[in-house]
Amino acid sequence: MSRLSISISPDDHVQGEPTAACSLVEYGDYECPSCSQIQPVIKRIQRHFGKRLSFVFRNFPLTEMHPWAETAAETAEFADTHGKFWEMHDLLFQNQALLSEALLLDLADSLGLSRTQLRVDLESKTFRSRVRRDFEAGVRSGVNGTPTLFIDDKRYDGSFDSDSLNDAINQALSATML
Amino acid sequence: MAVLAVGTAAPEFSLHVTPDQTLSLSELRGKPVVLAFYPADWSPVCGDELSIFNEILPDLLKYEAKLIGISVDGAWCHDAFAKHKHLHFPLLSDFEPKGRVARSYGAYRETDGVCERALFVIDKDGTIAWSYCSPVAVNPGADGILRALEALHP
Repeated sequence: MSRLSISISPDDHVQGEPTAACSLVEYGDYECPSCSQIQPVIKRIQRHFGKRLSFVFRNFPLTEMHPWAETAAETAEFADTHGKFWEMHDLLFQNQALLSEALLLDLADSLGLSRTQLRVDLESKTFRSRVRRDFEAGVRSGVNGTPTLFIDDKRYDGSFDSDSLNDAINQALSATML
Repeated sequence: MAVLAVGTAAPEFSLHVTPDQTLSLSELRGKPVVLAFYPADWSPVCGDELSIFNEILPDLLKYEAKLIGISVDGAWCHDAFAKHKHLHFPLLSDFEPKGRVARSYGAYRETDGVCERALFVIDKDGTIAWSYCSPVAVNPGADGILRALEALHP
């Protein structure tokens, strides 16, 4: 069974408490339709489990297939350095069909971030190594497509509907109680 | 059917890699080879195992390893599929007689008439150094391949 090669660390983008009873890690690509479709499911699950669940997003841009995936991931990392990672993360998925450089700059604008600085950082590839680090750890962890989810460090191979995910997280929670 | 085990000599094959070219395993002797059997081109998931293998080609290069995909789809089908997915590694057609090579590796699903999701790492001398057959409907990742190649180059 494939497991996370790198555990959740302060480097990660985490929603909820890192010490929560159960962790859900997503390796995702902002240009992947399946990743976009799973966003509402994850939000529903976060509401359902509340403080018992932490959620981590890691970059896994499939650059050969999705021309904007890498740039979008770097844009989210740029937003992170200004404390706006999750806002950008959500905006990127909401605007997936429209991804372009102009859109990324507009999204930065809409979050009160400097479009000039974003352009500079994208051109100088400031965040490329940050994105590659996630990607490489993902490959080593057995990421087998996008999205790939890990529940308590173990790869989740079930389907992506709320009921199946709920069940899997419940199982993980009851396993930690034992 | 169990996939061929570690230590077995990798069965030789010669299959179409394009409509007018064939590729034989023996042509690749001297370098490690990664064989990825998979059920079908055009599977409905966008980010599946082949896309990931495609992204790790630079890592495979470090081990001088050659990656090859094999399914029972025809060469023209592979051609269109590889272009669509921007794949930068060859896809071989185990098309006629259908599944013969997959059978010789124990990687054919008789009930469905397609290849298993089975991975083999073959060393430079043509011996299977690592093999893995993924459960139905679960894409294998690339972690096992990379670990196996690492083990060949301690």
